[in-house]
Amino acid sequence: MSTTREYIHPEISPEARPFWDAANEGKLVIHTCRDCGRGHHYPRAMCPHCYSADLEWKETDGHGEIYSFSVVTAGKDLPRYVIAYVEIADRVKAMTNIVDCDPDSLRIGQRVKAVFRRSKTGQNILLFSPLESL
Amino acid sequence: MEKLQARLVGAYEHPTRFAPDKSLVQLHTEVALGAVADAGLSLSDVDGYFCAGDAPGLGPLSVLDYFNITPRYVDTTETGGSSYVAHVAHAARAIDAGLCDIALITLAGKPRSENKSASSVALALPADRPERDFEVPYGPTVPANYALCAARHMHEFGTTSEQLAWIKVAASHHAQYNPHAMLQKAVTVEDVLSSPMVASPLHRLDCCVITDGGGALIVARKEIARDLAKPGLRILGTGEAIKHQSAGDIDLTFSAGKWSGKQAFDMSGVTHDQIQYASIYDSFTITVLMEIEDLGFCKPGHGGGFVAEGNLISGRGKLPFNTDGGGLCSNHPANRGGMTKVIEAVRQLRGEAHPAVQVPDCKIALVHGTGGSLGTRHGAATLILACED
Ligand SMILES: [Zn+2]
Repeated sequence: MSTTREYIHPEISPEARPFWDAANEGKLVIHTCRDCGRGHHYPRAMCPHCYSADLEWKETDGHGEIYSFSVVTAGKDLPRYVIAYVEIADRVKAMTNIVDCDPDSLRIGQRVKAVFRRSKTGQNILLFSPLESL
Repeated sequence: MEKLQARLVGAYEHPTRFAPDKSLVQLHTEVALGAVADAGLSLSDVDGYFCAGDAPGLGPLSVLDYFNITPRYVDTTETGGSSYVAHVAHAARAIDAGLCDIALITLAGKPRSENKSASSVALALPADRPERDFEVPYGPTVPANYALCAARHMHEFGTTSEQLAWIKVAASHHAQYNPHAMLQKAVTVEDVLSSPMVASPLHRLDCCVITDGGGALIVARKEIARDLAKPGLRILGTGEAIKHQSAGDIDLTFSAGKWSGKQAFDMSGVTHDQIQYASIYDSFTITVLMEIEDLGFCKPGHGGGFVAEGNLISGRGKLPFNTDGGGLCSNHPANRGGMTKVIEAVRQLRGEAHPAVQVPDCKIALVHGTGGSLGTRHGAATLILACED
């Protein structure tokens, strides 16, 4: 029932560096536009809603809601894992894994909270786990 | 409304499903020769060439060097498995614009002998893919991507695994008549549900096959088509669209087929009732379910009931689909199913499908392809084809 995986090291593009630095501090930040007010994900160098370059990194409380998920059979002798889209802010969903959970008891709409695990090379990766289990 | 004059005049599907002893460009060559022969033409007649990401080396430059021909027009539109459906539309417009007269479209691949599933490719994305860092760490295999759509569809509309299984049942019912199909055994809903779970809620039998092989098509100027052995097919409607994550504002409940399908129907003036046969992209059962809704064959959320009534089965239902067995049972060469979708529609319109699955007096058919992944970003292309009046 383990849902732990080994996480590949992200390449980390220059424009997304602050997202990864925040992750290393245990924080979830969303690239948000100062002109139109909307957030987006994955982080880009321009607002993909109004094309403004005036963006800021907004820290969230890390809470989210499962929009969809799938329990993936990784192969013989490998643990199953849960891939999901989690709504991390208004109209902003992120691909992630749900960890520290019983995969068979998850449901769409369930509240989850950001947690972080280190990749092999020490970069924090954004994951989520059910709120009630924390 | 625009009316395309060019005709679809040649089609060829490689009979192989496993070709470890052939090079990739050799497969492109064999399907090219097969298609020009089907049209009653020669490779030297080709003056337009279309290929996508499955082509070896530097795409058209490498392939045309190998063929030793020098077409005056090339197009390498790459929208994954839907590319070849889009290429038919692009070829017709290029011909109508006078840019070429006889266009060849090829697809080939060897994922089965090279043990390369679409997932292994997806999980090894190059670092410059902008989404890489935000997806690859999470293990987004291709079945997992589509499973995210299936799970959401079930949540929103009450779609069930049994309903999805009916899509495989219909494809397998057709595949039993195709001697080249990789899976020729008719399966039951129970067979699908008892196959191993790959990415919940998708079972192994909800997935398409992985095969070597390929196919090719010829589109030609109307005046040339007139003199060929087999009657050319009209291209009444075309549509193309792209859908992605909308910068995080993701909606997994519909595909780009909603947009490409509307374009094709609007352009053709054809109504849904007039479509006698449909080739529907079937990388997974959920792909078909979403597409028949998006194309307007049933209302959003009603796909499950539609397929469970047997409507996809030739001779029984309202919308006979993938009568070759489709990607789900017959062939999905290069992990890209658009080419074989066009080819089976050509067979139906020529009356060349297997008699057990041939739609009687088939005059109008629809072809729909997707490429990429419905769970992340994808292209869609729709064609409405018809016999000469
Ligand atoms: Zn903005």
